[in-house]
Amino acid sequence: MDAFACPLPPGGAATVLLGHGGGGSLSQQLIDQLLVPAFGPADGVLHDAAVLPAEEGPLAFTTDAYVVRPLQFPGGDIGSLAVFGTVNDLAMVGATAIALSLSLILEEGLPMPVLHQVVASIRLAAQRCGVPVVTGDTKVVERGKGDGIYINTAGIGRVDHGLVIGPKAVRSGDSILVSGDLGRHGVAILAARQELGFRTELHSDLAPLQEPVQALLAAGLELHCMRDLTRGGLASALHEIGRGAGLGVLVRENAIPIAPEVDAACELLGLDPLAMANEGRFVLFLPAAEAKRALELLRRFEPSAAIIGSVQGDSVLLENSLGLNRRLELGRGEQLPRIC
Amino acid sequence: MSLPSPYRRPEAVHRLAAVLRREITRPWTVMEVCGGQTHAILRHGLDQLLPDQLELIHGPGCPVCVTAEAAIDRAQALAGRPEVILCSYGDMLRVPGSSARTLLDVRAAGGDVRIVTSPSDLLAIAQAHPERTVVFFAVGFETTAPATALLAHQAWALGLRNLALLVCHGRVPPAMEAILAAPECRVQGFLAAGHVCTVMGVEEYSPIASRHGVPIVVTGFEPVDLLEGLLQCVRQLERGESQVLNAYPRASQAAGNGAARALIERVFTPVDQTWRGLGVLSGSGLGLRPPYDALDAERRFGTIMPRPAAGNETDPADPASPCISGRVLQGLARPTDCPAFGGHCTPERPLGAPMVSAEGACAAYHRYRA
Repeated sequence: MDAFACPLPPGGAATVLLGHGGGGSLSQQLIDQLLVPAFGPADGVLHDAAVLPAEEGPLAFTTDAYVVRPLQFPGGDIGSLAVFGTVNDLAMVGATAIALSLSLILEEGLPMPVLHQVVASIRLAAQRCGVPVVTGDTKVVERGKGDGIYINTAGIGRVDHGLVIGPKAVRSGDSILVSGDLGRHGVAILAARQELGFRTELHSDLAPLQEPVQALLAAGLELHCMRDLTRGGLASALHEIGRGAGLGVLVRENAIPIAPEVDAACELLGLDPLAMANEGRFVLFLPAAEAKRALELLRRFEPSAAIIGSVQGDSVLLENSLGLNRRLELGRGEQLPRIC
Repeated sequence: MSLPSPYRRPEAVHRLAAVLRREITRPWTVMEVCGGQTHAILRHGLDQLLPDQLELIHGPGCPVCVTAEAAIDRAQALAGRPEVILCSYGDMLRVPGSSARTLLDVRAAGGDVRIVTSPSDLLAIAQAHPERTVVFFAVGFETTAPATALLAHQAWALGLRNLALLVCHGRVPPAMEAILAAPECRVQGFLAAGHVCTVMGVEEYSPIASRHGVPIVVTGFEPVDLLEGLLQCVRQLERGESQVLNAYPRASQAAGNGAARALIERVFTPVDQTWRGLGVLSGSGLGLRPPYDALDAERRFGTIMPRPAAGNETDPADPASPCISGRVLQGLARPTDCPAFGGHCTPERPLGAPMVSAEGACAAYHRYRA
C-alpha cells in the first residue's frame, strides 16, 4: 500500500475552526488543499453533483454513518471504517462498489494532522476497493458538540449476478459459514478505550469483503444470504436472518472460530464474543452441497473461516461444547462488563 | 492466557453427571448461592444433565440484583450533580432505582457516569480532576471488597480529598443465615461461592452448617467444578451429613487470602444492610471504619442524599407489580413462575433486579432457556 503524501504543506490553521464549515475562504482552503487532492477529479473542477456513467443492469445503493471512539484504533481508523463499512454493505448483496459519497462532520478544535490522517486513510481504503469518492460535504460543529469526526458515506454498487441474495432466499438445510474468527474489532476498541483493564496486542478485523464475495460469485456458488457482522455480532445477524426467513438455525459453539485472546477477554469481563462487533467478517448461507467449496474459497482470504451450523427448526439455537442446546441470546445493545 | 479447558471437558462433565444420577436416591433441594454459578449452570446447559430428583434453587448471590433501590437512588442523586464523577462496575449502570431510572439514564441526561473495571482506576481519575469529586459506587460481595479497601487505603494515604466512596458491599454468610432462618425455607444444602471463599476462607461456614444441619460445599464456576460440588453435596445429603467441604481446592484454601482479609478488616466493619428482596440483614454489609470513614460519600453529601420514605427501607415490592423477584431472590419461586416473565419483563425492560444483571436468575433463564 502506498502512503498518501499530504499535499498540504504544514501551515495554515493547526486545528479545525468553525470557519472551515462556513462556506468562505477557510472552507475553500480545506477543499482545495485537502479534499480535492485526495479525491477530486483530474481537472480539479467541482460541481454540485457527480455524473456517473450509466450502468447496465441493477444497481445497489446503501448509506451508513460512522461514529467511533477513539478515532484511531489498532488495525484502522474512522476513515478506513467509513469506506470498508459501506463497501461491505454493498458486498452483502453481491455488488461491487462503483462510487462513494463522503460527508465529514468535524468538531471545532480537531487537530488538523488528525483530519489529514483520516483523509489519507479514506483515500487508501477507497483505492484498495477500487472505488472513487465522487461527491461530498463538510460541516463543522462547535467544540463539545461532536466527537472529533463523524463520517457519513453512501455507496453505489454494480450487481453483476442474477441471484436474489437475502433472508427470503434462505432454505431449510442451508449451511452457515463465517468468513473468519469473531469479536476482534469489539475487543480491540474496548482495549483502545482502555476499558478492558488489561492490555492486548489485538487488532481490529476491519477489512473489505468485496474480494471474497466476488470470488464466491465467480465460482458460481448459489449464495442465499450474507450479512456483515457489525454491531450485535453473529448473534444479532442469525436472529435477524432467521426472522426474515421464518426459519431457525442451529450453530455449534465448538465450530465458531474465536481467537484465544478474544475468548479470554470476553470470559474475564463477562462479555459474549458472539455479540461482539466485527468490521471485516460476514456470515454466509448457501446450499449444504456447496459449503465445502465456499469454505475453501473463504480460507484463501482468511484461514479461520469455518462452517458453523445449518438452517433447521424454528428457533435460533447454540449447541454447546457439551452437546447441549440452548437459546442463542440476541445481544441487547451496549455490552457492559460484569462485577465479578 | 489460556482458559481452564480441563474443567469443561465433555467426557469429564458427562461422567460426573452420570455418577450423580446413579448415586441420588431421593429428592433433594440445593441452592447455588452465587449468580455466577447460576449463569454458568444455564449457559452450559448443566440443568439438562441433572437427575430429576435434584432441584436447584438459585440464590441471592448476584450483587447487582440485591443492591437496595435506596442505594441506587443515592448513587443517581450523586451522579446528577455537576461536580461529581460517579464510577462503578458496568452492569450496575442498568439497574433501576425506585423511579425506574438507571445510571445510564442519568448519564444520558448529562451526568458524568463512568464504567471502571478496577477501583484503582479511581486514583488516576481523582488526580486528573482535582476540581471535582470522584465517587466510587462500591458494590459486590467479599470478592470486590478488598479492591475497594485498597482504594480507600491508598486514597487516605495519598491525602486525596476529592475521592469518596458510596459503599454498598454485601457479606454472603449473613444472607445464607437469613435464607435458612426463613420459615418457608426449602434449602437442604448449599454450594458456596468459590471466589468468595478464595478471599475469606471457609471458617465462617462451619457454624452455619452445624447450626442448621446443612452441608455446604465450596464450589467453582466451570462445568466440572459445579458438578463436583453438587456431587459432594448430594453424597452428604444421602448420608445425613452436614459438613463444610471444599470442592474448589485449586483456588480456595481454608484460611482464604490473609492479605485481602486483613485489608477488609482494617478498612471496614460489618454493618446492617438492606438487601433487595431480603430486607435488612444484621451484619450483612460493610461500613468504613475510622479514619477511612472520612471518605464516606454518605457523610460528605449527607444532606443531599435521598432517603426512602418512612417504612420503605426494606424495599417492599410494589403491590401492583406482578414481579415476584423477592421470592426468586430467596429461592422460594422460580423465574418461570412469574406471570411477567418474558412478557412484561425482559432484559430490555426489566421489572425486577434479577432480570437486569447477566447473573440474575431471571436473566439467565430468559437468556438460555430455549
